[in-house]
Amino acid sequence: MYVLRRLPSLLATLFAVSLLTFLMTSLLPGDPALQILGAENATPEAIAEVRAELGLDDPLPVRYLAWIGDALTGDFGRSYRTSEPVAEAIIDRLPVTAEVGILAIIIALLVAIPVGMLSAYRAGTRTDKIISSTSFGLLAVPNFMVAIFLILIFSVTLGILPATGWVNFTDDPVQNLRSALLPALSLAIAEMAVYTRLLRTDMIATLQQDFVTMARVKGVSNRRILFRHALRPSSFSLMTVAGVQVGAIIGGSVVIETLFALPGVGRLLLDSVVQRDLLMVQGVALVIAVSYVVVNFTVDILYSYLDPRISHGRSAARV
Amino acid sequence: MSTPVPNLGAPHPGATSELTVSDGLIAETTEVAAAPGKKKRKRGLGLVFWLATSWLVVVLICAVFADLLPVKDPLTPDVINKLAYPGPDHWLGTDGLGRDTLARLVHGARVSVVISVTAVTIGMVVGGFLGIIAGFFRGKTETVLMTIINIILAFPALVLLLVLLAFVGRSLVVISLIVGFLSIPIYTRVARATTLAVAEREFVRASRTMGAKNSRVLAREILPNVVLPVAAFGLVAMGVVIVLEGTLAFLGLSVQQPAPTWGGMIFDGKRYINEAAHVVLIPSIAMFLTVLSLNLVGDALRTRFDVRGSNL
Repeated sequence: MYVLRRLPSLLATLFAVSLLTFLMTSLLPGDPALQILGAENATPEAIAEVRAELGLDDPLPVRYLAWIGDALTGDFGRSYRTSEPVAEAIIDRLPVTAEVGILAIIIALLVAIPVGMLSAYRAGTRTDKIISSTSFGLLAVPNFMVAIFLILIFSVTLGILPATGWVNFTDDPVQNLRSALLPALSLAIAEMAVYTRLLRTDMIATLQQDFVTMARVKGVSNRRILFRHALRPSSFSLMTVAGVQVGAIIGGSVVIETLFALPGVGRLLLDSVVQRDLLMVQGVALVIAVSYVVVNFTVDILYSYLDPRISHGRSAARV
Repeated sequence: MSTPVPNLGAPHPGATSELTVSDGLIAETTEVAAAPGKKKRKRGLGLVFWLATSWLVVVLICAVFADLLPVKDPLTPDVINKLAYPGPDHWLGTDGLGRDTLARLVHGARVSVVISVTAVTIGMVVGGFLGIIAGFFRGKTETVLMTIINIILAFPALVLLLVLLAFVGRSLVVISLIVGFLSIPIYTRVARATTLAVAEREFVRASRTMGAKNSRVLAREILPNVVLPVAAFGLVAMGVVIVLEGTLAFLGLSVQQPAPTWGGMIFDGKRYINEAAHVVLIPSIAMFLTVLSLNLVGDALRTRFDVRGSNL
């Protein structure tokens, strides 16, 4: 089975990613013991004691194994700053980031699929040119700029959506959606442009294939050709890129959560990076990287179901 | 590796968020150009291309000659004229401390240019080299290189960047170096894909048939044909780096204040969005135009240099 064949590669990547996370945060300058104690209390004896307690004097492989072993059981240690358990901090904030991110992808796809199809169907016409240049222009607008303009329009001028703050879904679903809408839109705009352009290209190629001509000859309606015949074979790169773009959304969530003051994982990462909260940084970076890898693995698997050529190992024929 | 995506437009995790974006563009231009019945090649580069180039030249001049240009001092506050609208005294108005926006834009261009040029150069040279090696020699070399590259790309780039910046520091040099280092993988992939395509071409085979050694084929046939597409990609990547500086400024992790940077100006201006929106709008427009121009120029050149088009 395709899933099983890909499994070793997934495990290897996950191992490498965890190792990289660990090395990155362990080899960089700065003594965590010094930070825990603060400059005043940092006598050499106290530092030595804290280092021993944290196991910082052990050789790197030992430290890695200890860390990853704990992490596998869900124990990421405690924050040096607040002594809050890292795992709890992440679990608290994950739903916020996930909700905004998923909402962003949904919005982007809802816009991009029809618009991209329209653009491809009318390739070369004025409609297509307007869509293409608009999406090209949108690619040059960074998410923080989108966010500022959305705040300017919807919060400052119209006053219909909140500029900052977060309401939990369980507290008030309507307010929750209202507080998630602008952040999600800020992330969605760039994705929309990417998806639209990609789908347009693939769709144009699909529409030139024989089976589409055949369907036309048989008198199948345009709508049916577009949605039933052409959409699926045109959506393969869209899926892959949507998976890859999850990385962009995670990166973007650091910015957007800071701007909109949302209690999400991105903001947690930024705060702990600024405060050099080593264990928190390690934990958050690991969770982010692992989810990213798993998302892309899943897309890979889904892809093989949609396009059977892949799992039959004849993908080279696509060159 | 992951999904088999053999062509130049192979979608893959970006070194930064928008590197992937530009990847979508690669796919687009190459494939449309390759599609039958769409023969739009070989036309002039067009007015838009030259407008974009002119804007980039202006930005470059500002960056290089910032100290010589007849603009006000970017750091001197003019307390009476805080948040002034554009006018004869301050052509583009002033910010919240009364500092001249035009002067800050001109000096800020320097930061954008230094970071983007340094980062792109590092990424292009190192990444391009690795990519050509991987694409040319194939086999184990390729497997090992691409495995490492894919692992680095398994991290969302901004996450890596944040962690590195926080622990290493954030001077102009450090930021440029780190961003450059982090962009190596993406160039490796682009250069590898291009090399794979070039290595299949008949002139390479011809050269081999005539008994050329690897080194000669690499230097005389492969390199000249890989450099241009990779450089065109580098232009688009430059825009990405400029946005990245803005992102860092937003997170309070860019070059330290009071040095003017475009990102810093947008970030500061956000505070006055209620009373004086132009303070945030003007640097935003400057950044937008620059990134858009880089995308336009890079995209136009990439279409020109497309190695896969069989325009023989």
